[in-house]
Amino acid sequence: MHTSTLIILLLGLMSLAYYFGRKRSLSIVGGKIRDLHSLPSYYGLQTAMWCGIPALILLSLWISFEETVVTGIVVESLPQELQSLPPERLDLVLNDVRNLSKGDIVSSTVDQTMQQAADHYSSLMDISHMALFVVALSVAILAGLWARRTITREQRARNRVEKAINFFLLSSSTLAIFTTIGIVLSVLFESMRFFQQIPVTEFLFGLEWSPQTAIRPDQVGSSGVFGSVPLFAGTMLITLIAMIVAVPIGLMSAIYMAEYAGKRFRTLAKPVLEVLAGIPTVVYGFFAALTVAPFFRDMGTNIGLTVSSESALAAGVVMGIMIIPFVSSLSDDVINAVPQAMRDGAYGLGATRSETIRNVIIPAALPGIVGGVLLAVSRAIGETMIVVMAAGLSANLSANPLEAVTTVTVQIVTLLVGDQEFDSAKTLAAFALALVLFVITLALNMIALHIVRKYREQYE
Amino acid sequence: MNNQQQHQKTMERVQQGLDRRYRKERHFRWLGLGAIILGLLFVSFLFITIISNGYTAFQQTYVKLDVFYDPEMIAPIGETDPEVLSRANYGGLIKASMRQMFPEVTNRREKKVLYGLISTGASYELRNAVMSNPALIGSKAEVWVVADDDVDMLIKGHIDLRLPESDRRIKDNQLGWIHLLQEQDRIEKRFNTTFFTAGDSREPELSGIKGAIAGSFFTLLICLTIAFPVGVAAAVYLEEFAPKNRWTDLIEVNINNLAAVPSIVFGLLGLAVFINFFGLPRSVPLVGGLVLALMTLPTIIIASRAALKSVPPSIREAALGIGASPMQTITHHVLPLALPGMLTGTIIGMAQALGETAPLLMIGMVAFIVDVPGSVMDPSAVLPVQIYLWADSPERAFVERTSAAIMVLLAFLISMNLLAVWLRKKFERRW
Repeated sequence: MHTSTLIILLLGLMSLAYYFGRKRSLSIVGGKIRDLHSLPSYYGLQTAMWCGIPALILLSLWISFEETVVTGIVVESLPQELQSLPPERLDLVLNDVRNLSKGDIVSSTVDQTMQQAADHYSSLMDISHMALFVVALSVAILAGLWARRTITREQRARNRVEKAINFFLLSSSTLAIFTTIGIVLSVLFESMRFFQQIPVTEFLFGLEWSPQTAIRPDQVGSSGVFGSVPLFAGTMLITLIAMIVAVPIGLMSAIYMAEYAGKRFRTLAKPVLEVLAGIPTVVYGFFAALTVAPFFRDMGTNIGLTVSSESALAAGVVMGIMIIPFVSSLSDDVINAVPQAMRDGAYGLGATRSETIRNVIIPAALPGIVGGVLLAVSRAIGETMIVVMAAGLSANLSANPLEAVTTVTVQIVTLLVGDQEFDSAKTLAAFALALVLFVITLALNMIALHIVRKYREQYE
Repeated sequence: MNNQQQHQKTMERVQQGLDRRYRKERHFRWLGLGAIILGLLFVSFLFITIISNGYTAFQQTYVKLDVFYDPEMIAPIGETDPEVLSRANYGGLIKASMRQMFPEVTNRREKKVLYGLISTGASYELRNAVMSNPALIGSKAEVWVVADDDVDMLIKGHIDLRLPESDRRIKDNQLGWIHLLQEQDRIEKRFNTTFFTAGDSREPELSGIKGAIAGSFFTLLICLTIAFPVGVAAAVYLEEFAPKNRWTDLIEVNINNLAAVPSIVFGLLGLAVFINFFGLPRSVPLVGGLVLALMTLPTIIIASRAALKSVPPSIREAALGIGASPMQTITHHVLPLALPGMLTGTIIGMAQALGETAPLLMIGMVAFIVDVPGSVMDPSAVLPVQIYLWADSPERAFVERTSAAIMVLLAFLISMNLLAVWLRKKFERRW
């Protein structure tokens, strides 16, 4: 909690610095603002920036290195036999030391050396916190004072402040790039480690998925086979069902909204349909597992079919419902982008409305609609909660929608929820799956966005 | 003549086909209307299912007991030391009271079943009562205590009594006792305050959503403080300052693609970067907020850019014309005019973040956490994850609690969206 106090203190100092910087600039010119290069508020801002930014940078650096340095010192002071432990055992000991110093539960028995180390650790941490407090505040005050002293009437304060703001804007816009790089690197890195253990070809073309790896060599029931084909087949099956539900309904409702519906009907029905888009996926998952899946199962029993209670059908239908507003709003956009002149031309030739829609509007809007459907497919592939709650867990290579299948996202969740060790193929497999998922959705999006953009240009 | 004939033939042909074409037209129209009605049916069906499953969770069954605050079991009269008071056997008081009500139950196993009618949380209620008022010791009082979830389900009619006894969670002897209690007016349904004031629990009747709501609040707080300034800054840069070159094109394509990356991939990013690389703790709102901030950033940037685009260029030209610097033009004139649109986009992004579950599963926000978090560094669950966890629990009582939690979540989401609509309506300007 002390960090937030420090930040609040620094913010307070910054506002003080603003006030004094502004006052100083005014007093230099004796109140005649026109003699200053910039408005007084810019001198205030400049002082505040000098006061706050170096201290905040220092603060973040300090916090990120504090733990490592303190731990290093504590390790130095540990007895020799503890220091010479292998790294992972030493980590356990250090974890205990940390927990002990916080008063949490520790795994091993507490002896004299542990207690000493914990005391050492917490005293070092206290010293570090105190030092941070003193250093950060004095840096802020000194830099602020220095900035205030250097204010002259010719100083180009506005330009400097604007430069700093511009830097902030620029770096904010590059965050998107860094996020993508972060995603690619983090997924790629762990996937590489996975592919060192499991050959790529086995992963991509293997027909069997059973990620339980053996802890002991003689363990039963743990094959550790990583063939991802059943997962992708399952994903495709559920996506297909979702599309069969979502595309006709979404497209037809978009056509009706755009071409037939009166204004009052549209203002009423459109927001209600859009509610479907705002409902969290976990709610759909609950709905699928609690209502839709049992409904299909009972219906199946009534007509003499065995429907699994985790059938692909239930998950797919509910996912389709979720995607309806997505398809319909994208189609609505492209249908409205078709120029009115084309409709008028068709009506002028005597075509009925439905003929105009079928023979003129839809062909004209087709690229946009295809792009929209591709985006919807990419969403369905990446959708997680519905399938986690309503689809199966065991990999089953089947095209029967009444059976339980599993999907890529379900496997990622089951592999990564709970305790993980980052050197087992089981955990790393999740990253490899995520890599393929990322590549597929990225490609779909690229194609879809390209088609939509080309299509827009056509009518602009 | 020939021409006339030809003409008539054409007209006839058109007339002949007209009926068919109009019929097709009608069918097509019905198809469209049908699609919309189907969509509306899905919405209403979803809401009806959730509400009909969940509204009962806002009530909770209570049982009236005659409790004798036995000094022998708690502490001698006059004792006020909280240490002593908190360690006393309050469960014993409840058991004594139950025994007194049903003296005919003597069998050990039956007694155990009898005590099971009352929630294990009831003893804490008694403890709190005594600790806040030690003068109770030695007195007799009528106390309403929380009933066990099975009793609660029975009273609410969720247990099918036609099933054979072995398939029911409530056995025949329990039914008899409950009927007896009902005849004495000792059973009552009251508003379920626990649901809003408690954290998670393994016992449905003691579980609540306060912890999850607090966790969601802290997560969104982090998400907002990062995503809003950064998103607005990125939008301003891209829309107002960026030179048109390959680099800014790349950034644009990137943002559009990020908006469509599956949310679970952001969870993996959070796991690999924030938890494994930076060593931040698992299950904390800080990491959750960071991940959600990265996820909502594209939404906010895209909405903010649209808002900036809608500010007419004449505003900028006028400001530049009277000598404002480009930065002053933006901060003094363009940003205030674009802010409502940006806020609308931000609220919609926050609503998205509030309902997001999958990335939070990746960073360990699925742990069973009883305490209500007090800061961004305390382990916590969030509302959608709580829904996921409860949906997985086998007890029938958790079904209604899940639905009720969904109702609360949807209420938050709908009010956020209404706020966004209201903002847009109020500040919308047509230039």
